[in-house]
Amino acid sequence: MSSIPYIVEERPDTGLNNSKLGVWIFLASEVMLFGGLFSAYVFLRLAAPEGDFDYWGAKLNVPMATFNTMMLITSSVTMVMSWASLKLKQFDKYKIYLGITILCAIGFLCVKYFEYTGKFHHGIYPSSSTFMGIYFTLTGLHVLHIVGGLFVLIYLWTSQADKMWAENPDLLANRVEVTGLYWHFVDLVWIFLFPILYLL
Amino acid sequence: MSSDSDHSIEHHIQTYIRVFIALGVLTIITVAVSYLDVSFIEAFFLAIAIASVKGSLVLGFFMHLISERAAIIWILVATTVAFIILMFIPLISVTDSTGLY
Repeated sequence: MSSIPYIVEERPDTGLNNSKLGVWIFLASEVMLFGGLFSAYVFLRLAAPEGDFDYWGAKLNVPMATFNTMMLITSSVTMVMSWASLKLKQFDKYKIYLGITILCAIGFLCVKYFEYTGKFHHGIYPSSSTFMGIYFTLTGLHVLHIVGGLFVLIYLWTSQADKMWAENPDLLANRVEVTGLYWHFVDLVWIFLFPILYLL
Repeated sequence: MSSDSDHSIEHHIQTYIRVFIALGVLTIITVAVSYLDVSFIEAFFLAIAIASVKGSLVLGFFMHLISERAAIIWILVATTVAFIILMFIPLISVTDSTGLY
């Protein structure tokens, strides 16, 4: 049993456990982090010469990005299913769903790797244009979030999870739930990045 | 999420599947409408409208906001207000006359 209070049980004053409240406050700060960059995108687009963003935007690979969108959506549903499996006391299913989530995250990163290297092979870098500058900044920050989340997902899939499940199943379910909140947020950011960068 | 009985979780699982299908269909629609011959402003609002519906589904069902406590809802209301202000800051550049005189 952990000695940190209110990480599983709810605090009487907030009606929430501290883990969940903490993650939501963190996500609020993340909204502002990405919001600042979205705002920069709007500013740069308004100031760009006519047709400049269209010209450089046309160089992006829409089928690859659509595939990646599907990957992240799939990973989101398997993430929430892994949490639901824990609540139903089905640890084997939890492992399967979380494993699929991890595979989708790795798949997303692989596609992104091919997208980036494809650009570099064609001599396109962040310094090539204003559009490419904001494209690499926004998607690079998003990729960093995927990598960070992937480490946590892998940790929750290892034998540490087996141990936690045996000792304190509610604690594991709680950790999976708050990790899921972060993961869904990363999916949410991509839902807006995809049309803004690739389709407009 | 507050009530976590086995029955309610099984009910939620069905909802998750439906939301997953809706998100997939909306992604296809997002790509399809990008090929429509419309102005940039129309395309922009269409894309943002569809993305907002998708985002609401993720927030509401995957992140359980529809059954979440008031404390979290208020945090998000404050964040949304700040986010909207942030989005309008670039418009200052449109009305700013600095450099013209």
